[in-house]
Amino acid sequence: MKILPMPRPVIPLANPDTQPFWDGCAREELLLQRCSVCHAYRHPPSPICPNCLSDQCEWIRASGRGTVYTFVVVRQALRRAWQDMVPYVVAVIELDEGPHFLTNLVDVSPEAVTIGMPVEVVFAELDGTTMLPLFRPLEAAGTKP
Amino acid sequence: MSSISGRYAIVGVGESDVGQQLGRTGMALHLEACKRALTDAGLQKGAVDGLLTRAASSVPQANYSAVLAGRLGIQPTYISDVALSGASSASMILTAVAALEAGFCTTVLCVNGDAQTARANRRGHVTSWIEDFESPFGMLGAPITYGLPARRHMYEYGTTSEQFGAIAVACRKHASLNPNATFRTPITLADHQASRLVVDPYRLLDICPLTDGAGAVIITSAERARDLAQPPVYVLGMGQQNTHSDVQYAPSMTTIAMRGASRQAYAMAKLGPKDIDVAELYDCFTSVVLVTLEDYGFCEKGEGGAFVEGGRIELGGELPVNTGGGLLSQAHASGFLHITEAATQMRGAAGARQVIGAETAIVSGQCGATGINACLILGKDAN
Repeated sequence: MKILPMPRPVIPLANPDTQPFWDGCAREELLLQRCSVCHAYRHPPSPICPNCLSDQCEWIRASGRGTVYTFVVVRQALRRAWQDMVPYVVAVIELDEGPHFLTNLVDVSPEAVTIGMPVEVVFAELDGTTMLPLFRPLEAAGTKP
Repeated sequence: MSSISGRYAIVGVGESDVGQQLGRTGMALHLEACKRALTDAGLQKGAVDGLLTRAASSVPQANYSAVLAGRLGIQPTYISDVALSGASSASMILTAVAALEAGFCTTVLCVNGDAQTARANRRGHVTSWIEDFESPFGMLGAPITYGLPARRHMYEYGTTSEQFGAIAVACRKHASLNPNATFRTPITLADHQASRLVVDPYRLLDICPLTDGAGAVIITSAERARDLAQPPVYVLGMGQQNTHSDVQYAPSMTTIAMRGASRQAYAMAKLGPKDIDVAELYDCFTSVVLVTLEDYGFCEKGEGGAFVEGGRIELGGELPVNTGGGLLSQAHASGFLHITEAATQMRGAAGARQVIGAETAIVSGQCGATGINACLILGKDAN
């Protein structure tokens, strides 16, 4: 079982559209944009709402909880730099607020992952400045609902 | 748009040699396919006044269609780079017919393919803005982006790895009958199940290998086609749809771009799934064929797994699929060999793998983890 496998060969680079998201991660907060007009949540960050095209939005701290929508287990590294990471789980989380979120599942054996499993966000430090939002089973935090 | 059904035809077909480590550039393979298509059509290169292509990733090049025109020594009145990954091949046919209809040109050469194993030639890659939300999580390639919806299909409909395997077995069986295929040794379902998990749920034999190869066709008006060397293969229907770019954010992972693209194509051709004799379906992964069969209307949503079992998609079955071997066993060529194979089947010239009496073929080109699809319906007759 892998616990927060780090470091990683790729770190995200913020741009003006995504800066608030990564700033939130640095504070260990998962932020989502919510449209100020139609109130739809959205992810990944975008300058306009894909529902009503408004450019007015608020950054809301999400619950950080959701369920596994689908996942794969990468058993063979697709790039050499990731060889030490395998096996790892790439998963799509359906956040409680609605949007889907691509991430890794950690603190869990790949064989134990199932679709529908309740999960929560956990932040992992990448390089001293960047925090990466990963997810783990709710049970792992001792907060089983 | 239905008025153009049957008014344009494929009159020349060319495939480059295919394989691995051929030691040739993507452009060399393109040129070989072009020459063979011209020879096949009985046309001089000067007759070509339209050129549609896409730069091979092994030889990145801006304005590639202009570069290729220079290498062919032609001065077309219409060129374009059609850069839609796996959907680019079928989209070239749509674009060719549109350009012909618009009067931009009279004879269009379409060519696509790559030298995927020529790694040393790779100089760079194009990234999407979304990469910051993918690469740090190790989402690094197509087996992952396609594996996510494959797993979801298994969850929603009970689809099994063995059903994916039936597709790999069919493609390999067909490749064994195709002299221009890379992988010709037949495999069994047991071989598929014994192959290692690469990106679970995908096993090695669910994934198309990197290969070198290219294909080309020449399209002109039906009227002009009647005077040329080969029996014309008519473009009866075409359609394209885009449902998503990044599969993780797609509204549905299992009902996808194939549906809208095929509905347009069927409507133009005035045909339905029951009228189709051969299907050449983009198969970068086995599961993609399965969902395409569903969304192209050959079975109900969720029944693709049962549909591919029992030899139904093999030669001699109800709907032979990927009769040339497909990306899984013939060569990748960005799906262009699905078009050359469909045209060859319509000519009745496919030799040992000919579907007897085949008069209609459907072709799928897709990319973007099933989010972009281009559908073609080709026919032996103009309808």
